[in-house]
Amino acid sequence: MSVKIKHYPGEEIETQDFREGKVLFESFKPKAKYAWSAGIAISRFLEELKNGRILASTCSKCKRIMVPPRIYCEKCFKPTDGWTYVKDTGTINTFSVSFIAADASRLKEPIVVAIINLDGASEGMGIVHWLNEYGDWREIKIGMRVKAVWKPPEERVGAITDIKYFKPIKE
Amino acid sequence: MSEVAIIGVGCVGFRPMTPELSYKELMFEAAVKAYEDAGGINPREDVDIFVACSEDYLEGFSIFDEFVPDQLGAALRHLFTVTGDGMLGLAAAYMLIKTGQFDTVVLEAHSKASDILTYTDIVQFGFDPIFNRPLGGHPYYVAGLEMTRYLYETCTTEEQCAQVVVKNKRNALLNPHAAYGANITLDQVMHSEKLFHPLKKLEISTPADGCIVMVLASEKVAEKLTDKPIWVKGVGWCTETPSLETRDWTRAVYTRLAAEMAYKEAKITNPWRDIDFAEIHDLFAYKELQHMEALKLCDYGEAGKLTEDGLTSLNGEFPVNPSGGLLGMGYGLEASGLQKVLEVVIQLRGEAGARQIDDAEVGLAHTWRGIPTATGVVAVLSKVK
Amino acid sequence: MFGKKRVAIVGAGVTLFRRNLKETGKELAYHAAKMALEQAGMELHDIQSVVVGSAPDAFDGVHMKGEYLADGAGAYHKPYMRVFVGGATGVFAPLAGWWHVASGKFDTCLVVCEEKMSSCYPHPQYAFTTIFDPILERPIGMNLIWIFALEMNRYMHKHNIKKEDIALVSVKNKRNALDNPIAQLAANITVEDVLNSEIMAWPVQRLDVSPTSDGAAAVVLVSEDVAKEVTDNPVWIDGVGWCIDSTHWTNRDLYYPDYVEYAARMAYKMAGIKNPPKEIDVAEPYDPFDYKELHHMEGLLLCKKGEAPKLTREGVTQRDGDLPVCPSGGLLGVGNPISAAGLMKVCEIFWQLRGEAGKRQVPGDPRTGVAQAWGDLMQYSSVIVLRR
Repeated sequence: MSVKIKHYPGEEIETQDFREGKVLFESFKPKAKYAWSAGIAISRFLEELKNGRILASTCSKCKRIMVPPRIYCEKCFKPTDGWTYVKDTGTINTFSVSFIAADASRLKEPIVVAIINLDGASEGMGIVHWLNEYGDWREIKIGMRVKAVWKPPEERVGAITDIKYFKPIKE
Repeated sequence: MSEVAIIGVGCVGFRPMTPELSYKELMFEAAVKAYEDAGGINPREDVDIFVACSEDYLEGFSIFDEFVPDQLGAALRHLFTVTGDGMLGLAAAYMLIKTGQFDTVVLEAHSKASDILTYTDIVQFGFDPIFNRPLGGHPYYVAGLEMTRYLYETCTTEEQCAQVVVKNKRNALLNPHAAYGANITLDQVMHSEKLFHPLKKLEISTPADGCIVMVLASEKVAEKLTDKPIWVKGVGWCTETPSLETRDWTRAVYTRLAAEMAYKEAKITNPWRDIDFAEIHDLFAYKELQHMEALKLCDYGEAGKLTEDGLTSLNGEFPVNPSGGLLGMGYGLEASGLQKVLEVVIQLRGEAGARQIDDAEVGLAHTWRGIPTATGVVAVLSKVK
Repeated sequence: MFGKKRVAIVGAGVTLFRRNLKETGKELAYHAAKMALEQAGMELHDIQSVVVGSAPDAFDGVHMKGEYLADGAGAYHKPYMRVFVGGATGVFAPLAGWWHVASGKFDTCLVVCEEKMSSCYPHPQYAFTTIFDPILERPIGMNLIWIFALEMNRYMHKHNIKKEDIALVSVKNKRNALDNPIAQLAANITVEDVLNSEIMAWPVQRLDVSPTSDGAAAVVLVSEDVAKEVTDNPVWIDGVGWCIDSTHWTNRDLYYPDYVEYAARMAYKMAGIKNPPKEIDVAEPYDPFDYKELHHMEGLLLCKKGEAPKLTREGVTQRDGDLPVCPSGGLLGVGNPISAAGLMKVCEIFWQLRGEAGKRQVPGDPRTGVAQAWGDLMQYSSVIVLRR
């Protein structure tokens, strides 16, 4: 990209060259498996999801009610002091309507994902989840009120997906 | 130009597993200890730079850097990740302070090895994808290859290698941070299962969980915050080559070149005389011997004899791995370099309790990035500025 | 002036940026490093230390990718270190090079950034599914496009910005790239083309987005003493800055990147810059998505919050405008081999300040330039200030 350089290296090939055997390659699928310890805060959070409740942690110094909960306050750098529940209703902070999957392939039905600021948590404390039962996606707006739709208690396993999704509500 | 000191250390672990804590909570605990040890600093205000060391596939993330700041007190602060051993992070922290722009740097490395279900597959995923990976097999065969060549060229015996295990595991019994201390005999090591001939099962370090956080500071800040600073007198690091086909299988060239850099900076001319003890990377027992030679603590082929004669034992003339080494403490993955530095700091402060080396003033820490790499780091630390 | 020694860039090199290149990652690293050395009039034995920057191992498909790349990057038998701060790595790597030299420990440092995204199947995007929290976010199927869309939507909502104004960035950068010989997606397109392109994740559409690419870039850094020996035309690294925000990205208001501002302030303070729009002559903010250029201009304090779309509409950021932004063509036009794309921006500023940018040269004899990259979970920024 400098006037002093006359040639830029690199030999372009096409994706189909692989299929047609025009270029040689080695294919490998890594066996990378993990079992992450959820730890103190998130273990309690997951346990409470089973009970249909959303757990937060509190900091006595900055007075924040934090969700997802943590055992330390990242602002004050001190241990958090208590646990509390927040509501399963909230407000859409922002959202996206996704027409493609993680591997960039096209989806038949779009997936709507939103950051939801939960009622009872400090301002701006959101979690990310799916939005459903919204009708026409063009009608979804930032600031819309939503509520969690839970799996039936017997189907909950202590996972974020114990909440099936959030849906818009009228108040 | 300012001298650089380690003014605080915090360690959690090492233990075979830590199911009760997430990696974040493990780091938080170590960080709190380190900040307290550094005179009670507040990371939200008193720290200029944070350096974290990790490799994505050892964590199970694509960009692990994302998950580091909060538990160190580094949210909305100046943090970055070195993908490498904690001692490469030490080198970065050292240089940052030497620029004269920064006074306080926090350094972190950890192992949550118990979260990894397919550790050997991950190690193998580090092999050259075209030349080496298709051959398959357990990746530690590379250690068998190297040990064979090392024994052949240096006339070191298998018993001499096994003696390293006996020494290190016994030292570890005296170290509360060690996961795998044991009182075992040479015979037990020699008769343990041959896994990658001539390498035996008990000669291979077992992974362990733990986290180490350190606080480094310029002269100005160090002398204000602590009365027991440990000075970093020299750091050297080097990568020989990732290629298994063209590397030197006998001499650990990466360690030799790193040592030369560190010694020059620390003005060490005769390492055996000028340094009091060493913490040396011993992922495999023979590596302690090979690395001793590369570190110029003795000639090529002499380390086995010195070990056999007890010169490197805790009460010997030149103790090697008083901590118990990785064989005794457990292999802390990318934290293994900081395991070494930690022990040197504890010894130089005179806080090593039952394993304290008398009159220790200058110590050496050394690390290697494990298979399949040929990358090493050497640091010379001193009680005296 | 800064640190023990002032640090100069004296050579830069880049490969072509393409969706698929036949070269391996090592070979790409070699080509870029070799070109940077040649441009500096130096040889590998003049190099005392090497820094490599590369984004996730999952792209190249090698654990400990830094070790794998070592010999290609010229690190054989040398002190060698890889730094990694997600997408911000490309501008961060020369910052690491800076402290290698500014510390006085080394007189020279070769900085190489490489990305071989095409190795990742079935699609490089797949590597991004594991950048999320495994317990709270991966089960939702989070991916990279989603978080960009969430941020873009929030930014548009907060300042009432129209998609038409954001699309202008894509139009500008792809057109700038027509004059860039390494560019992958140079094109003459219109705002309508962007607005009519396929919706990926509303409000993100196909032409709002940079491609996935293979490529490499490199720079040679030297101390002041060495710089005097090898060139009459050094470009000085006068400011370095970086910052990371909290992991809890769903707890932050994504409309404004505080971490970019903090990184910029760190770099500006070191460089003695008090009035960025006035003192900076040319800028290369990170533009993996069109709205990101605007977002980052604001974070870099080149304009007020919410004002970047207006400047873009008025032509201020065109190559012949008052504040040329992404004259290289940016990631939108040149391509996005993550870390290499970031370092390419540093190379572009280097060439602009030396007056070597040819058809892309911005007018007015620029003296000061800034390059910036962004990464992690809407969380990281690295900033470099260069001066002639």
